[in-house]
Amino acid sequence: MANPLYKKHLISISELTQEELQLLLDTALALKKNPRSDLLKGKLIASCFYEPSTRTRLSFETAVLRLGGQLIGFADGGNTSAKKGETLADAARVISGYVDAIIQRHSQDGSARITAEFSSVPVINGGDGTNQHPSQTLLDLVTIYETQGSLKNLKIAMSGDLKYGRTVHSLAQALKRFGCEFMFVSPSTLAMPKYITDELDEAGCNWQISNDLQQAAEWADILYMTRVQRERFDAEEFAKIQGKFNLNAAMLKNAKPTMRVLHPLPRVDEIHPDVDKTPHAYYFEQATNGVYARMSILSLILNEEI
Amino acid sequence: MKNTKMSVEAIENGTVIDRIPAGLGLTILRQFKILHHGEAVTVGFNLPSQTRGSKDIIKISGVTFSEHDANRLALFAPEAVVNLIQDYQVAKKMHLTLPVTISEVFRCPNTNCASHFEPVRSRFYVKQQNGETKLKCHFCEKTFDRKSVAEA
Ligand SMILES: [Zn+2]
Repeated sequence: MANPLYKKHLISISELTQEELQLLLDTALALKKNPRSDLLKGKLIASCFYEPSTRTRLSFETAVLRLGGQLIGFADGGNTSAKKGETLADAARVISGYVDAIIQRHSQDGSARITAEFSSVPVINGGDGTNQHPSQTLLDLVTIYETQGSLKNLKIAMSGDLKYGRTVHSLAQALKRFGCEFMFVSPSTLAMPKYITDELDEAGCNWQISNDLQQAAEWADILYMTRVQRERFDAEEFAKIQGKFNLNAAMLKNAKPTMRVLHPLPRVDEIHPDVDKTPHAYYFEQATNGVYARMSILSLILNEEI
Repeated sequence: MKNTKMSVEAIENGTVIDRIPAGLGLTILRQFKILHHGEAVTVGFNLPSQTRGSKDIIKISGVTFSEHDANRLALFAPEAVVNLIQDYQVAKKMHLTLPVTISEVFRCPNTNCASHFEPVRSRFYVKQQNGETKLKCHFCEKTFDRKSVAEA
């Protein structure tokens, strides 16, 4: 029987069934344990980055090559016919005639869904504007699942810029399906948007706001850190919050032994380097998992059975 | 026989959108591009209403609304009633129910939505959230209240 993701597009995590999500997680961890270089043999993948995103692109392209696939594409839309006014719809019809799947990154919200509607091959969303970035969310889920053994009923603390952080929005939206509980730690001007907390309410998930990062670290199973950008504040305001959302090793002394600190990277000073040596640090492993998450997506979409 | 004087001229064949809450008539005319349809459109604003003080009414000659057309009005005026007129008589009276999806009528209010730049029709999912009707764009997945969609 074909796996349920075979020949499907991956546009948004929310469209995946629980079964499909579980299959993606299990496949990612299985590929991490037993690497395979045959799953994309003979497949040609287009990597279409209309806006630059070096890490996401390298992570996807590594995944294709590690699975034995081949790549065409571009790293920056500046030189493509999009600049001349070609629609995504036309580009999708042309490029999908060449390849077995398209990975697309684009600055407009909904661009991946447009490409999918006009493409004859599966489209994988590598980020569409401020909307979705499903492979990023999947790598976070893989990492949480790997470190906690389950996604169910976990205590998730999120800290930093919760207003503009697409990563934390998507992750909260994905984890609300598993009955997780949330604690949000941020400057008040960068709080989690209401539409997200409304969704958590609707899903029956408890959430609370805290301004004590150490308390959050002691409460949590997962502490998801993000960066507060200095540019969002004037100097006086920034002085008031400076350091309040930075984590150091001393703050972790009463954390649960199984608690793991995650961060989408790159970090600046929100995680002190002395955290790196603690057993709680897991952000570099998380970045490595990005490749396995993407290998999982590609191999399930392009193989009937694996 | 009641001696009522029509404030808006009767039509022979067509569609009458009745019991529009006063003030919403113009919004409906504009949003549903009603002036582009039909042979003649007559409109009444702030007419006396038996049930709610005042109402707006729109009469469109020569056009028969389907149930689907009628239900799209429910986004703005769920209390409106759509009457199909044949030979000056009400042939069918339709009360409105919210559609599950709505296409074409509105532009997505998100200026960064890819639907604005591509050969696609706009498409929204209608959903109820905290007792309010909201529209979620199929493409950019953002959710809007009906007012911001109507003004976009
Ligand atoms: Zn939109």
